[in-house]
Order: sequence, then C-alpha cells, then structure tokens
Amino acid sequence: MIHLPSHSLPLPLKCSFWAAALLLIVFFLFPLLVVFGVSLASRGLYGGVEWVGTLENYRRLADPLLGMIFLRSILFASMTTLVCALVGFPLAYAVARVSQRWQLVFLTLVMIPFWTNFLVRTYAWILILRADGVFNSLLIQLGVQSEPLSLLFTDFAVGIGLVYGYLPFMVLPLIVAIERIPPQLEEAAYDLYASMGGMFRHVILPLSKPGFIAGGVLVFIPSLGAFITPYLLGGGQKMLIGTLIQQEFLISRDWPFGSALSFGLMGIVLMLGFVVSRTFLGRSAR
Amino acid sequence: MHTVVLENVVKTHGQVVAVDDVTLSIKSGEFFSILGPSGSGKTTILRLIAGLDVPDSGTITLQQRIVNADPPHVRPVNMVFQHYALFPHMTVFENIAFGLRMHRQSRQDIREAVEEMVALVRLKGKTQRFPAQLSGGEQQRVALARALVNRPVVLLLDEPLAALDQQLRQDMQAELKRLQQEVNATFICVTHQQDEALMLSDRLGVMHRGTLLQVGTPQEIYEQPVSSTVAKFIGLSNSLSGMVTRTENNFCWIQAEAFPTVMARCPEGGVEHGSATVMVRPERLHISVDGPVNGYENTFPAIVHHVVFHGNEMFYQFRLRNDAIWTARVPIAGTHARPLVPGQSVYLQWAAHDGLVLSS
Repeated sequence: MIHLPSHSLPLPLKCSFWAAALLLIVFFLFPLLVVFGVSLASRGLYGGVEWVGTLENYRRLADPLLGMIFLRSILFASMTTLVCALVGFPLAYAVARVSQRWQLVFLTLVMIPFWTNFLVRTYAWILILRADGVFNSLLIQLGVQSEPLSLLFTDFAVGIGLVYGYLPFMVLPLIVAIERIPPQLEEAAYDLYASMGGMFRHVILPLSKPGFIAGGVLVFIPSLGAFITPYLLGGGQKMLIGTLIQQEFLISRDWPFGSALSFGLMGIVLMLGFVVSRTFLGRSAR
Repeated sequence: MHTVVLENVVKTHGQVVAVDDVTLSIKSGEFFSILGPSGSGKTTILRLIAGLDVPDSGTITLQQRIVNADPPHVRPVNMVFQHYALFPHMTVFENIAFGLRMHRQSRQDIREAVEEMVALVRLKGKTQRFPAQLSGGEQQRVALARALVNRPVVLLLDEPLAALDQQLRQDMQAELKRLQQEVNATFICVTHQQDEALMLSDRLGVMHRGTLLQVGTPQEIYEQPVSSTVAKFIGLSNSLSGMVTRTENNFCWIQAEAFPTVMARCPEGGVEHGSATVMVRPERLHISVDGPVNGYENTFPAIVHHVVFHGNEMFYQFRLRNDAIWTARVPIAGTHARPLVPGQSVYLQWAAHDGLVLSS
C-alpha cells in the first residue's frame, strides 16, 4: 500500500511529492510501459511493430544461445565491478584523506573525462590498444616486446574499456563513504595494536561498505547493458546482451524481440539485486 | 619508579610549536593530569606518548625504554579519545575485544577478559548493543573498558569528561578514580577543567603555549603557584600589580599606586625587586563592615559591586580604588546577619601569609 501524502503535509512538501511523481510517470513509467507493450507485439514483415499480441518474444528468450550471452554479460559486468572496486578503493582512500586543496585537484582529475564524449574516449582506447598503437609502440621501443601484442578486439580490451568507463562511478561513492569515517577511528585502531593491514580490514573496509554497495550498483548495471565498449573494443566478435539488444533494434529491426530482451535483462538485474541485498545487507540492516 | 619520562621534548606542527621543550616524569601508578587551555599543547603530549605523533627532538621513555621510534601499535599504552572514537560498526563486546583480537588471544581468554571489564565499568547486559544505541556516559565507559582491557602500563585520557553533562561528569569523576585504584595503572589525563584536575590527580602539570609552567600536587599548585598565569588557571584569584620595595624573612612589601603597602609571602626562591603581582584567593579575604579589625596585615577599602547567592556560600564582587574587581567567597554559616548590598563601603582584610607575591 502506497502512503500518499496526507492533508497535514506542508505545501512545499506536497508540491515536491507530486512533482517527483509526475517526473517518474512521464520519464520512467510511461517509456517502460511502451517498451513492455512493444515486447508483447509482433515484428512486421519489413521491421516495425505490428500490434498483434503474442508471447512469442518471451518464449524466444529461453534459447540456450541467449543464455550464454546473458551469462557472459554477467561475467563481464562482475569482473568490471570487481576490478573497479580493487582499483577504485586505494584511489578513493587517497582522495578522501589528502588535504582539501589536493582533494580538489584529484576530484577534478577524476571528473575531467566526463567533459568529453564517451564515444570519443572509447575511440581513444582503440588508438592506444591497436597493433601500431601507443601501448604496443611503447613496448617495442622499450624492447620488452619484439612483435606487437594483439590487444584490440579481445576480452581484455573490452574489460579495460568497461573499467575505464565506469571507474568514476565506483570512486565517487567510495570517496563519500571514506570521508565520513573519522580519522580518529584509524588512530584508535593503531592505538589498540592494529597493524596497517588490520586497521584497513577491521575499520576502513567495513565502514566503506555503503560506498562499495552504491558504487557496485552504479558500475554493475550499466556495464551489464553496455554496448559501445564491447562493440568498438571487442569488435563485436563476442556477443554481449547490450550489443545484442542494440542489433535487434537497429540492424535486425526486430523491436518486439529487442524489447523482450530488455525486460529479460531488467529481470536479471532485479533478481541479482535481490540476492545480493539478501546476502550482504541482511545482517547489517538496522 | 617513573613509568613515563619526557626529556626536552619538542613538537611543531608547521609553524606552530605545540610542545616546547617539555621535561616531565610521571610515577608508576599515579593519576597525573595535564591542565591547560585549549591549544596549549596538552593533547599533543598525550599523542606523543601514544606514538600518534613523533617528537621533533627530545626523548620519550616508557618503562626505561626509549620509544621515540616505536609505532603506536607496539607501545604498552592505550588512549581514551576525546570523542571516544568507538567503532560504530562493532558491538560493545567487539569494541572492547578489539585490542585483544589484534594481539591474537584465544576466544576463551578474550571472552573472560571482556566480561570482567564489562563488570568493572558496569555495562552488563549491554554488550550486544552498538555505540549509537548507548548514552554518552555508557559510550565513555565502553571507551574506558576498550583501553583498560589490554592492561596498559599507562592509560591516556584526552578530555575524558568533556562531552558529558554536569551531573554525569561528577559521577564519572568518582568512577575514574575508582577504576584507577582498581586496575592500579598509571593514568595521564588531559583536561581544561581545573576542578577535574584538582579532584582527580595525585599530581598535575599546568601547560600554557607549549610549555609546562609548573608540576606539583593539587595543593602545591593551588597554594604556591609559580606565576600569575598558573594562579589564574587554578581557582579564582584576586591580583594587584605593584613594585617590590622590601623583602625580609620570606615576606615582601609591595607598593601599588593609590594603595597602602601590601605585605605578602615571597615565592619560593625569592623575588627580584621590581614589578610583581600580589595574589589573594577569594576564600582568604575577610570582610569588615564596621571599620578594620586587628589581626590582618593588609586592609583595602572597597565598594560592594555584585552579590551572588551560591547556595552554600555567598559570592561577592568588590570594586577597589583602581576600579579592579576582587571577589570573595563566604560560607553561608559565617555570613553577616545583614547581607552586603551593592554600593556598600567595606574593608577587605587579609593576613600577610594568605597573599603570595608572583613575579610578573
């Protein structure tokens, strides 16, 4: 049962409630319903949507080949989240604990990439990773490698691209979480015989959990549906769910099946979210 | 035997000299307080002993061992932080057990030690709560237990009672004293509350701008302050500046403009001729309403300025000839039949040995 604001609520609160509700309906609920409607329709002979109701699109989701694509996407998204957490934590800790002036510098450096188009930044990675690219030239110049490594169009390249793209979404919530931990708690841990490792394990990491959860959600969900990075850096060789949905809409022109795929993806995200919150949040819910 | 010895310790924070050439020995098993206004460097001394700060120069000795370079986690001292610094994600039990866990003691030992400590600080039945679910006084007890459970050679307390309200503070003062006697450890307590320092300490040191001005028992410091800075910081005091005109048999004669010559005790080690300050404690002043009486070496005419009823005593403020305000405290039982009223002319009198000359 949804509790609507009662008459006793002050006017500004009432207004903002209805404004928020309206925004959600127009920009979130309505498009979602449209996609859901399309997912129940049929593909026209030359693409387009024919409003003939069917469950055929959802039946097609049971295809084992699709299962592989879903699994691979989850694997990529999980690895991206994990690597973002591993790389992001030391960075976030440093940013949270340096002096205010340096903090501004670091934060700006983290944010600067956002000022450029994501597509352009992904193309930049092609220049870095390809056989005659920056990275390989450097290795050959240094004599580490005599032949260029084939890095582009590999899982590794996709992984790098995803981590690069979503790292700020892990770092920013982590900075917020770590900044909230009073430095005195670290001193208390040292005073109570904790080594530096012990201090991080028992004090900083557990207290950064809200940051890891927020960052994890912000990285996992978009990297699960990512399509530009796997397409450009992976060369579209290994299908991921994001690229598949894009192809259904733009190349196969099968909007109904693309919509059903989107709902399948959403179902998986919700299910994973449920499982994760039960295992990680259940105990500390207080 | 001295547990903690600081020799010529200097610590600067950037341009600020937080601790300026401090030498201090603290005896085993004593309750030592460091009293001083905020920013006087007293907390830095605690941090230096704990190892959270490293001295620029000088040595810090713990139990005959120089510990300058030892990191905090190997020093046998524990600290009670000003705002307790309890781990918010751990229960009371886990907080108290933290130090023992880091020392890799067995579960059984940890359980027993924590339970003993929980009983000692009277927190039974609250071990499964989180710090946020405790009152300020209970958090304070957890902080104490978390430090004491490790059986530290020295317990460092940084303004331990500052965050508590008045009533709770008085209870915890008694509690601290009891705990110290029961665990028989050396306590070093930093505070800006003079009553706290006077009541709790076996000895105390007064700090001002990074230097240790005086070390002694509360009584010594109250009755024999070495300077007017110390006198002002411990208890209320009245003072008058003038020139030393004569010294004889440990007594000095001070001449202040517009006042009769004042006779007072000389400080230990004598006083140089020149400007000096006479200090008189408010409870040593005798108020004569109907003209001066015999038996007091010093007599000042004064006008009653302000009268405050304090329950068990009257608190008077007087205006002197030079417009200085002096205070006197008179127990209610000894108050005159007619209480003084503002504007009334009286005589303030005191014996020569109740006044102390301090070089300015």
